[in-house]
Amino acid sequence: MSQNAEIQNAEIHDVIGRGYQHGFVTDIESESLPPGLDEDVVRAISRIKREPAFLTEWRLRAFRHWKTLSEPVWAHVHVNPIDYQDISYYSAPKTKKDGPKSLEEVDPKLLETYEKLGVPLHERARLAGVAVDAVFDSVSVATTFKDRLEKAGVIFCPFSDAVQRHPELLEQHLGSVVPYTDNFYACLNSAVFSDGSFVYIPKGVRCPMELSTYFRINAAKTGQFERTLIVADEGSHVSYLEGCTAPMRDENQLHAAVVELIAMADAQIKYSTVQNWYPGDENGVGGIYNFVTKRGECRGRNSRISWTQVETGSAITWKYPSCVLRGDNSVGEFYSVALANHRQQADTGTKMIHIGANTRSTIVSKGISAGRGQNTYRGLVKILPTATGARNFTQCDSLLMGAGCGAHTFPYVEVKNPSATVEHEASTSRISEDQLFYCLQRGISEEDAVNMIVNGFCKSVFKELPMEFAVEAQNLLAVSLEGSVG
Amino acid sequence: MLVIKDLHAKVGDRKVLDGLNLEVPAGEVHAIMGPNGSGKSTLAYTLAGRPGYEVTAGSVSYQGRDLLALAPEERAQAGLFLGFQYPVEIPGVNNVYLLKAALNAARKHRGEAEVDAFEFLTLVREKMKVMQMDEAFLSRGVNEGFSGGEKKRNEILQMLVLEPSLALLDETDSGLDIDALKVVANGVNTLRSPTRAIVLVTHYQRLLDYIQPDRVHVLARGRIIRSGGPELARELEARGYDWVLNEAA
Ligand SMILES: Nc1ncnc2c1ncn2[C@@H]1O[C@H](COP(=O)(O)OP(=O)(O)OP(=O)(O)O)[C@@H](O)[C@H]1O
Ligand SMILES: [Mg+2]
Repeated sequence: MSQNAEIQNAEIHDVIGRGYQHGFVTDIESESLPPGLDEDVVRAISRIKREPAFLTEWRLRAFRHWKTLSEPVWAHVHVNPIDYQDISYYSAPKTKKDGPKSLEEVDPKLLETYEKLGVPLHERARLAGVAVDAVFDSVSVATTFKDRLEKAGVIFCPFSDAVQRHPELLEQHLGSVVPYTDNFYACLNSAVFSDGSFVYIPKGVRCPMELSTYFRINAAKTGQFERTLIVADEGSHVSYLEGCTAPMRDENQLHAAVVELIAMADAQIKYSTVQNWYPGDENGVGGIYNFVTKRGECRGRNSRISWTQVETGSAITWKYPSCVLRGDNSVGEFYSVALANHRQQADTGTKMIHIGANTRSTIVSKGISAGRGQNTYRGLVKILPTATGARNFTQCDSLLMGAGCGAHTFPYVEVKNPSATVEHEASTSRISEDQLFYCLQRGISEEDAVNMIVNGFCKSVFKELPMEFAVEAQNLLAVSLEGSVG
Repeated sequence: MLVIKDLHAKVGDRKVLDGLNLEVPAGEVHAIMGPNGSGKSTLAYTLAGRPGYEVTAGSVSYQGRDLLALAPEERAQAGLFLGFQYPVEIPGVNNVYLLKAALNAARKHRGEAEVDAFEFLTLVREKMKVMQMDEAFLSRGVNEGFSGGEKKRNEILQMLVLEPSLALLDETDSGLDIDALKVVANGVNTLRSPTRAIVLVTHYQRLLDYIQPDRVHVLARGRIIRSGGPELARELEARGYDWVLNEAA
């Protein structure tokens, strides 16, 4: 632990004094569909991707359904109206016709971008040991470590490759956890999703490395609609990391992703996110609208799905990574740090749906509000009549920094089986003057002291992150909180 | 080392220090005693620069510099250490992490490089031995769930690692069992040196049995109303404060 702390210390010092660092725009030619959305656009996306008929049809059904829906209004966020006809639904860096096959074929400018982002496209890079699938605007540009993974039988590839090479797996699983009818944004995504990652871990295989996807929105006026599907077959294990950044732009950009996780009997999926989309400026101009549907299904007995998220970016975050605990004895976990600074709005939480007997879930949510940020925890724990002996533990803590921000907690609990145990703990606190002065008296600057105290507040979540991500998460927190003291 | 002249200070609306004079030369240990609420902690906090403690008149010179012109963290970096009467808990922040950040802040101030990880651990382990503390305390949150006595030991541990020039120890002896008192006293004694000064705020003679003070002061009504040698503490222990207060009135 002390080692960990030391690294964190060093890196926190490194980043203090910097603003949003990922706000550069990459100057590359891209091929985009003109803004607008109708059935032809949906068909065009499907055609560009040379998709089989079942997928085209599925998209069209989703699109037709979407037209009957309207945006949800229940979240505790204020959204500027989105003109869905003013968004381009496909943008891809112009490359050789069939797209890059290996790193050598990737546009050097793209690689440069990822290097700036610190994504280890080159296998010797910082996070050596992590296989990365990088999604730039709408297409996946390179996937590293293919060979080693293939040897283990693991499929980890861009979604569009999976469409070509494993259509049967997709047909079987796509939309089986998040049907296109689920909600407005998931439905839109189902109609127009452009790329994303697909993972399949065969029976009994422990994935030999962490898998990772980096998302980047570059082009202006594009939306990003990726889809991630992870299937962990019986007795398999996988840990998956997702990171995201975007350039600074004045207009809001829409990111409406869908992530589906499926864990068969005795399988384990750990899904970690460090979300650092551009949050907009201090006055709330620009920034990403991050409207994401993430859900995992523990389909088999003794399966386990853990969501860990660190949400520091985006103008608005609307996301509730959830677990459907269908298999008996299955376990769902949600560990979250959400930060809302300046004018950021975060409405996030989880749903734990207990269906199987003796299913267990743990929710640990840490919300930090600073500046004029608004942070909402919204959680549902639902115990169905079949879930005999189910247990949930929820801990929801809010930390307020300054007088202009807000923290809101909406824990919903529905228990339909009397043998279930549901525990909820909640707290709201401010960084105390006593703690701050104690650190100052030890010679530590106010900014470092605040970071230290906030990181301490988040510790029970950070310790769930893979080591490299934990460091990154702490750095992000430091950068995001900059100037919020005093 | 420390020269306080006619110090007036208020906390909120309340005037607490009212013309306090005190001089602590390098190499000496001074004890400050006095009734509850007389302003001992206020003096310590004011010297450490705690926000909300406002100096309305007077001056404080520390190592020849104007102490009051420095920000609280600068005072600490310049070697002023306050052992808190009630050390605060900082959940989730590793004890060892805080300690290292503090040491590095001081080193940076002195223009030295950050401490090497191995060197640091060696140093901390050695000091923990002096304080007879289990290493498990390193990885716990700062004072998180520590007993009253453990918190006090932890304060002295921090002091030993930081090696301040001027240590203000506010009732470090209260809440300690008899063995712990000896350990803490021993810790403080290892820091005694001709280049350092130590100010002990205490209510009891027993601490002074283990740490021989050069001078003893009585703080009451916001000033030092009497100063003497070690025998003054014994006299106070025997007779209480009334006679001093009466004589000063
Ligand atoms: N924030 C505050 N607002 C108002 N009065 C305060 C405040 N802080 C301290 N005081 C008062 O100032 C006086 C001095 O307090 P201080 O803590 O310095 O006393 P002390 O000598 O350390 O006492 P003890 O021996 O009990 O520790 C007390 O009467 C106390 O109530
Ligand atoms: Mg006191």
